Amino acid sequence: MARVIAGEKRCTVNPLKMSQPIGAALAFMGIEGAMPLLHGSQGCTSFGLVLFVRHFREAIPLQTTAMSEVATVLGGFDNVEQALVNIASRTKPALIGVCTTGVSEIKGDDLNGFLKLIRNDHPELGQIALVDVCTPDFEGAFQDGWAAAVSRMIEELVEVPISGAGLSRRINVLPGSHLSPGDIDELRDLFEAFGLEPIFLPDLSGSLDGHVPEQFMPTTLGGTSLEDIRKMGSSCWTVAIGEQMRGAAITLEHRTGVPYRLFDRLTGLAVNDDLMSFLAEASGVAVPVKYRRQRSQLVDAMLDGHFHFGGKNVAVAAEPDLLAAMTHWLSEMGCTIQAAITTTSSPVLEGIPAAEVLRGDLEDLELRAAGADLLVTHSHGRQASERLNIPLFRVGIPVFDRLGAGHQVTVGYKGTRDLIFDVGNLFMANMHEGHPQTWAPWSCGAHGSADAHESQ
Amino acid sequence: MNTLSAKVQSVFEEPGCATNQAKPDKERKKGCNKLLAPGAAAGGCAFDGAKIALQPITDVAHLVHGPIGCEGHSWDGRGSKSSGPMLYRTGFTTDITEQDIIFGGEKHLYKAIKEIVEKYNPPAVFVYQTCVPAMIGDDLEAVCKAASAKFGKPVIPVNVPGFVGSKNLGNKLAGEALLDYVIGTEEPAETTPYDINIIGEYNLSGELWQVKPLLDELGIRILACISGDSRYHEVACSHRARAAMMVCSKAMINVARKMEERYGIPFFEGSFYGIGDMSEALRNISGLLVERGAPAELLERTEAVIAREEERAWSRIAPFRERLTGKRVLLFTGGVKSWSVVAALQEAGMVIVGTSTKKSTPDDKQRIKELVKDDAHMFDDLKPREMYKMLREARADIMLSGGRTQFVALKAMMPWLDINQERHEAYAGYEGIVALIREIDKALFNPIWEQIRKPAPWDAVAGQHELWIQVA
Repeated sequence: MARVIAGEKRCTVNPLKMSQPIGAALAFMGIEGAMPLLHGSQGCTSFGLVLFVRHFREAIPLQTTAMSEVATVLGGFDNVEQALVNIASRTKPALIGVCTTGVSEIKGDDLNGFLKLIRNDHPELGQIALVDVCTPDFEGAFQDGWAAAVSRMIEELVEVPISGAGLSRRINVLPGSHLSPGDIDELRDLFEAFGLEPIFLPDLSGSLDGHVPEQFMPTTLGGTSLEDIRKMGSSCWTVAIGEQMRGAAITLEHRTGVPYRLFDRLTGLAVNDDLMSFLAEASGVAVPVKYRRQRSQLVDAMLDGHFHFGGKNVAVAAEPDLLAAMTHWLSEMGCTIQAAITTTSSPVLEGIPAAEVLRGDLEDLELRAAGADLLVTHSHGRQASERLNIPLFRVGIPVFDRLGAGHQVTVGYKGTRDLIFDVGNLFMANMHEGHPQTWAPWSCGAHGSADAHESQ
Repeated sequence: MNTLSAKVQSVFEEPGCATNQAKPDKERKKGCNKLLAPGAAAGGCAFDGAKIALQPITDVAHLVHGPIGCEGHSWDGRGSKSSGPMLYRTGFTTDITEQDIIFGGEKHLYKAIKEIVEKYNPPAVFVYQTCVPAMIGDDLEAVCKAASAKFGKPVIPVNVPGFVGSKNLGNKLAGEALLDYVIGTEEPAETTPYDINIIGEYNLSGELWQVKPLLDELGIRILACISGDSRYHEVACSHRARAAMMVCSKAMINVARKMEERYGIPFFEGSFYGIGDMSEALRNISGLLVERGAPAELLERTEAVIAREEERAWSRIAPFRERLTGKRVLLFTGGVKSWSVVAALQEAGMVIVGTSTKKSTPDDKQRIKELVKDDAHMFDDLKPREMYKMLREARADIMLSGGRTQFVALKAMMPWLDINQERHEAYAGYEGIVALIREIDKALFNPIWEQIRKPAPWDAVAGQHELWIQVA
């Protein structure tokens, strides 16, 4: 449907995109007792750390190999070795996830080889799982880094089952980076309601859901346990959420034979009907009453909300899978997608309900959003929102100027219902009321909203 | 790279820095970059430091030459405020890709500068070098020179790849860029005997505006603040000031000293935090201006303002005394701020039970010792785990620190106040210190503490409960 084009500008203005290493780091943060480590200069880590602290309002475990100029020229082996030894002795993690950066990729450090050598030389690393992932900043974007880290964890940690898989009630769930800790909680309840035992990889709901632990933890506060990851090979199914997770799901299938089903989004009525049907079939359990009720509530919310969504023009900027979820849902509510901007390439982009999808930045969004009724992007859209005087609905990462980013739910019947309320309320709060000149024939605006914008 | 190494070396041999001068020759050559421990490091890189120091110049474009990680993760994240232009809050980056790495990023950079000039036409473009283009050998200075000649406006190279060192080094390298390319390149429309520069003040949360009204009242003009709420033209003209105040010594001492050397502008080191320091700063500014030829009556007027403002501030703090007396404060921040807020906290009746001296000079430490006597612990480096334990055991009533340790305090259910650069409140001058006391009071007496410290009914343990009752 949509024409996918790349911007031709040489200067990115007001970046939408974030880079692979911190996407990978966030994936590692969904593992219990983990310490992600960026192999690069210390700024790579400190920028990522501050960004996540501001978004989740939580302490963030994230370390650096602290590459100096000299170390960069000579190669980073010593720094990686020292970092692993230091982290092992100071924080005693269950897993260290090592992500490359632009700096180490250009030097060409063989991280995988480094880890093997270092493990041989340092018995004190013992049981600590070491997973490396290739995430140069100068390729791809945040969701690519996340997906790469999950694939690498599957390759390194999932055990190949001895007998054929598939009879257990265990089910693997691979959530994309656009799902919040709140989304994971919502999905866990849903899967469990069908009598299934889900293993989420990764599981941010254990680590970054904002809770108060009993004691101080220098690593992640919770998340998927290594033990659970190892047994993912004997699950009956893998459910992948977001096209970005297809690669990881295929990796898992090839390695263990567990078949997968991909849902490219879980925001909206029909897509959740598909999920329910799938779960009912996979579990042999009929859709529980609770969820039938929730479906009915969503239908009612669509009835109440459609007055406010119909005919509205919305400009959306987000990573591909989040963009797909938001634009399809908005379009299903009667909105027109006036502009769609994204960060990296993905097969979902062609299906986006817009004339064009641009790989670009928030300057592109601002230029294409004039006259729109709503902007949808992360908190950095706030400047465009002020300049254009168009309300902003914040989605994705980072959301640093609102509370509760970790608990924003956009999946399931209930998540979609609440999303209709939140966005619908924004539309209602910004309704343009008529004044004596609104309908006068000589007024320059054809209708109220255009008039209101021109008077800005 | 050679010019960059030479620059870094020259910054390390800063004669204006007391710490540096106290070192033996051999050690001085090693520079003041602390060796970072891989896997146990925290803190920003040189690029981060340079951006902090220069981004407050509000009317120029700040273009970051590098992959998306450098600008994409950090733009519009610093709390420096502007009274006018907003261009400094726009994130510009070359967002370089594999193509650039193979073929070189210089043409890409040049075209990016061209786009900025055509679309935004700023008075100048500041271009920041980062690790990746430095590694592939992009010649930042050459591109900036060519662009500057072609577009007829200053294009300033700021050569600060993150891996050359810390945030602090980046501050200084940013200062060098100003000295080399900006300061002294333009002339002010007029000068007065009351013109000063304020160096190393970034107007975070608008703190400069807590001080400026008093300077305005005294007829003292800030010719340039380097760089809070400044315009390019002001910084370019700053060599015509009569005197300067250097606010954050570690960050920009090279700028203050070299401006004294080149343009004969005397400076003093001071702080706007705390009542005593604020008064001292005003006194020193007026003193230096009078030495440079301003009419002596300025001194009297300054004393009158100081007397009035001090009285007003103390009288506004007094009502808090009763509630705050005896409250125990853990104070974790950089060197200068530690001792300069201590006096005000004590005036409000609070007791300092611990403070960090990680970033403090021996001089700072001595002053802290004198101020807090023996009843406080000075910590060089308190690990988060120990800090948590201390707070959990309720050995303090509130912690004042930076964002990094925020959650150590909050997860220990301990009131906490942000006093570092990311904070949203302004605490400078007489106004600011009253605001700080008010914020402490708000944090300490919020009704949530009593509620959240009560254990859930199903795991009420008598001992735990009593511990928190004691605190509240």
